[in-house]
Formats: sequence, structure tokens, C-alpha cells
Amino acid sequence: MNTSALKTDPHFHEAGRRFFRDFSPGDEFYENLIEAHNGLSDEQSEALNARLILLLANHIGDLKVLREALQQARAAG
Amino acid sequence: MGAYVNPIYPYKAPTDLKVTPPLRKPLIVIGAGPVGLAAAVDARLQGLDVLVLDDDKTVSVGSRAVCYAKRSLEILDRLGVADSACALGVSWNIGRTFLEEDEVYQFNLVPDAGHKRPGMINLQQYHIEEMLIARALELGADIRWQHKVTAVTRHNDHATLTVETPDGTFDIEADWLVVADGARSPIRRHLGLDIEGRVFQDRFLIADVIMKADYPAERWFWFDPPFHPNQSVLLHKQSNNVWRIDFQLGWDADPEEEKKPEKVIPRLQAMLGDDRPFELEWVSIYTFQCRRMTDFRHGRVLFVGDAAHQVSPFGARGANSGFQDVDDLMWKLALVMKGQAGDRLLDTYAHDRQFAADENIMNSTRSTDFITPKSRTSKTFRNSVLALAKHHPFARKLVNSGRLSVPSFLTHSVLNTPDAEVFAGQMVPGAPMDDAPVQVNGQDAWLLDQVGKGFQCLLFVDAAPSADTLATLQALKQGAVPVDTLIVSPLALSVPGWMVVVDAQGWMAKRYDAQTGTAYLLRLDQHVLARWRQFNPAAVQAAVARAICKV
Repeated sequence: MNTSALKTDPHFHEAGRRFFRDFSPGDEFYENLIEAHNGLSDEQSEALNARLILLLANHIGDLKVLREALQQARAAG
Repeated sequence: MGAYVNPIYPYKAPTDLKVTPPLRKPLIVIGAGPVGLAAAVDARLQGLDVLVLDDDKTVSVGSRAVCYAKRSLEILDRLGVADSACALGVSWNIGRTFLEEDEVYQFNLVPDAGHKRPGMINLQQYHIEEMLIARALELGADIRWQHKVTAVTRHNDHATLTVETPDGTFDIEADWLVVADGARSPIRRHLGLDIEGRVFQDRFLIADVIMKADYPAERWFWFDPPFHPNQSVLLHKQSNNVWRIDFQLGWDADPEEEKKPEKVIPRLQAMLGDDRPFELEWVSIYTFQCRRMTDFRHGRVLFVGDAAHQVSPFGARGANSGFQDVDDLMWKLALVMKGQAGDRLLDTYAHDRQFAADENIMNSTRSTDFITPKSRTSKTFRNSVLALAKHHPFARKLVNSGRLSVPSFLTHSVLNTPDAEVFAGQMVPGAPMDDAPVQVNGQDAWLLDQVGKGFQCLLFVDAAPSADTLATLQALKQGAVPVDTLIVSPLALSVPGWMVVVDAQGWMAKRYDAQTGTAYLLRLDQHVLARWRQFNPAAVQAAVARAICKV
């Protein structure tokens, strides 16, 4: 039985907005992510990524989900 | 170098055009590329007299536009050349993306059945141009080769053009001028109009290769393949055994050096991985920009295609968006020229297509930033997406090797009448219409072949409409701006004097979320204008008045 708690299907969305193409919300997130790094040095970018992970991890909160995400991130490396 | 021989179109001395005082033409199109030619064909279909001026005497030289998207094929169907384009072109729906040697992602451009045209065909630009020239001439368009427009002066109710020919220079006037003279647009520059955006620091090598190969008709895109490390490569099959290959080279590559056959041939041999024979038909190096004019309309002068906007090539959004410009413009121009619509209707051409250009630029810029990351961090994210894509569906959706041309949902167009009732599905006001298999007069047919000929209503019924309803439909048909109605029924009906579209398999009912009584009003370019749960002639008339800027 699959007991995965981590969502790995496409899940980007925004309340009140309609996307007519399925790739659009993910592409928009990706663009925002790369833009957030604009003009930063590699070290500054690494630090931004660390802060971002911490913010998102707290938002998720569920330790089971976070453990799975850590495992999957490590496994894909 | 290759197999294709460019036709030479005959020059005709402008004895009939070179007169004093200057001739006044209702409509002149500058540029006989695919977009200008489509404008000329559409003008003739709308009953407009059209003169096309081009500085060259042949079709496109070399490898340029390759992919014609489903929406372009639907437009070309209306223009009358889609059958020949599809017969010669290579149809495809599947795109595969590889990282190094492994496939990480594949897409299907048309995941559901029930569409007349495939997601995409590949066809060399020169073939499309030849077909459009033949069609334009057949319809009576006047195309003049070796007629170079060197100056344009704008006036309130016309434009004056200075034209240079082998027989000297002359002036000619146009009530309306459509400028389709390409990305470098000498006319745009001559008029001092801005076009702003972003230049990308990268170079790509294009090779058109003639060879026998049994690769499937699919789009193949590689990130970092072993035969071209750290860069991307794109392969497309074109017609007549011509294959188009794009190699990313990076900004530091020397374009003159990279074009030499002794550099190109080893790259191709490494890619093909065997000693199969091939011949080079074309080699060139390109860079690109993503930018658009601030305003596509300047009074009586209207810009279309690459002259108005340019995108990166990832996504085939160049020529395809140019056809959509023409599709949007020409019905509006025809109504204004015939005095049936307010002049403001042409401002909506600019608004609708500027919105679409922004969407095309946004998507092609996102693709370019994914394909050619600009920083170490950006590259780390890109490679992480590719690594996760092997196991996780969300990451496959993020893999961006080009978001291929699809039409815009013109949901912000002022021509739309907003919904007052609830509908499911995607056919909102402003949506490009979904096709559907139907029957007409007992024959299998396609929905999109029935629409795009004037304003039209779709009226969904389950029995023949009453005599009263038919009388109101007749009144709409005989209005100052006629609105024809197609009666859509799940079962064959006999309604003398009216076209009945039989939606036997229910594709239309599903795609348009239609019930008995539902009515849709359609633009001439096959976009939805308005829809109602119950047909109401006053509402239809109000929506038409809005769509011709007469309110």
C-alpha cells in the first residue's frame, strides 16, 4: 500500500485565478523563483535558498511530509 | 547547396501604378512573407481589393519557420491552403525531451481526439509561401515583386508610399496600410516607431540536412547530450527528407567559423552516430530577441507579424502568432472599410494582439531562461528539475524545452459580452473555439469548417425550432450586420433554409457545456464572443453591437 504523504503530482495553483494551459502556473512559479535570485552572488543565492526551504518547511509543518521530501531530494541527486 | 530551387516570380513594370496624381488604393500590404500573404488572401476572401508590394522576387531563402501549429492550420483552412500544407508537411503531436541519453519528459500536443488538425505540422517556410502566393493570385490579389517601399507618410485618412522599382520610383496612396515586412521592418524604422524588449546572449546553429532516416515524426529536444555536451539540440523532421537541427552554441561562438561545413559536418556526424550519408541544404547562425512594438496600430497603418513582435524560437510562436494577427485583423478591417463597424474596432486589433504578443513573449522567455540558464543558481535549479523529472510528475510539468504555440484566450477583449450565467469548461468569452467532429447534410464534417464566415450563432436544440424562433433567426440574418445561425442538434433534423450541425457523438455539447437552448455568438476569427443559456435575439443584437464598436 502506498503511504506517501508527499504530493509529487503537479500542484501549482492560485485561488481566484484561472489558468487555461496546464503548464502556466508551474512556469510562473519557476520564473518567480529565478527572478528572486537576480543580481545575487552564488553565496547570496545559496543563503536565499536556505531561508526559502526553512520558510516552506515551517509552512508545511507535517514532519512525515518533510521527511519524505528530504529522502526524495537526496535520492534524485 | 541543396535540393530546393527558389522560384522566380515575374517582375511587372508599374506602368499602371506610376501615375500623376498618385493612385489611391483601398488596401496595400507591404511584404510577401507568410503573414503578408495570409493578409492578402484574407482580404480577397472578405471581398477587398488588395495590392501587395515586396522588394524581392522569390519566397523565403533558407531555413526559417518550421512548425505550423494546429491553430494556424485552422486559419489556413479558412484561407484555403491547409489541405495542401498538411499533405506536404509532416504531422506530429509527440515531443520528447532528453537529458544526456535518457528521456525525461514527453508531451502530446493534442491529448484528446475530435480535432480535424494535428497539434503541429513541420514544413519549410518556402513551401507555405508558395502555397499562399498561388492562393492569393487565384483569388485575384495583385502582387508586385521587386517593388521596394522606401518611404511612408502617414495622413489622417490615408498613407502615401514611395516605391522603388527597376523602372524608377513612384508614389502611391493607400486608405489602409498593413505592414508585414518582418523582424527588421524597414518601414517601422523609417517611421521611427519603438520596439522594446530583451536581446538574448546566445547563438544557435541551424542546419537543414537531407538524409534518409526512419526517426519518428516527433520533436526531439536534448539537454546536454553526449554528442553536444553542456548545450541543447533540437531535431525536427520536415518534408521531402529534409531534417532541421538546431544546435545551441553559446554567446562566445564565432558565427563565421561555425557556419563552415568543416565545423558543421563533424557535429552532425557525432549526432547521427553512424556513417549514414547526408547532404547539407542550409546552414546559418541566429541570435534572437523578445520584443514588441508599444502599439500595433498607428492610425491607418497596422503592423502584423514579426514587424510588430518577435519571440525566441522555442515554441514556434513567430509565424504562428503572425497568422493569428491576420486572423484577428482582417475581419475587423473589412467591417471598418465597408462602414459596418466603428473605427475603434481596429484599436481592439492592437489590444487583442498586444495581449497575445505579451503572452507569447512571456512563454518564450520562460523557455529560453530554462534552456539557457543565466547563472549558476539558475542552472542548478534547471538540472534539479531534470533530475526530479525521472520520478516525479510535477517536475516533468516544469521541464520547459519550449511551450508550443497555442492561441490566446482573449478574455480581456472589450468585444466580449461577459457571462451572466454559469458554464463549465473552457469556452469562455474570448476563447479560441475548440473543434469537434460533426455531421452536416449527412456527411462527416468538422465544426471549425462551418464557422468563420461572418458573425454566427450556435443554437443548441433537441427538436426543430418553432416558427417564431425561426422568424427571429431570419431577422438576425437580414440585419445591417448579418448574423447567421447554425442549429446544433444531437439528432438529424430537417429545418428548411437553415444549416443543421449534427453533434451525434456529443463532442460539441461537452466542449461547449451546452444544454437545450444554449446559444453562442462567434467572432469571424472563431473566438467566442458571448453565450447564454436561453437564446434571446435582443441579447444577441446587443452583443453584436458591442463586437463592432457601435455602442
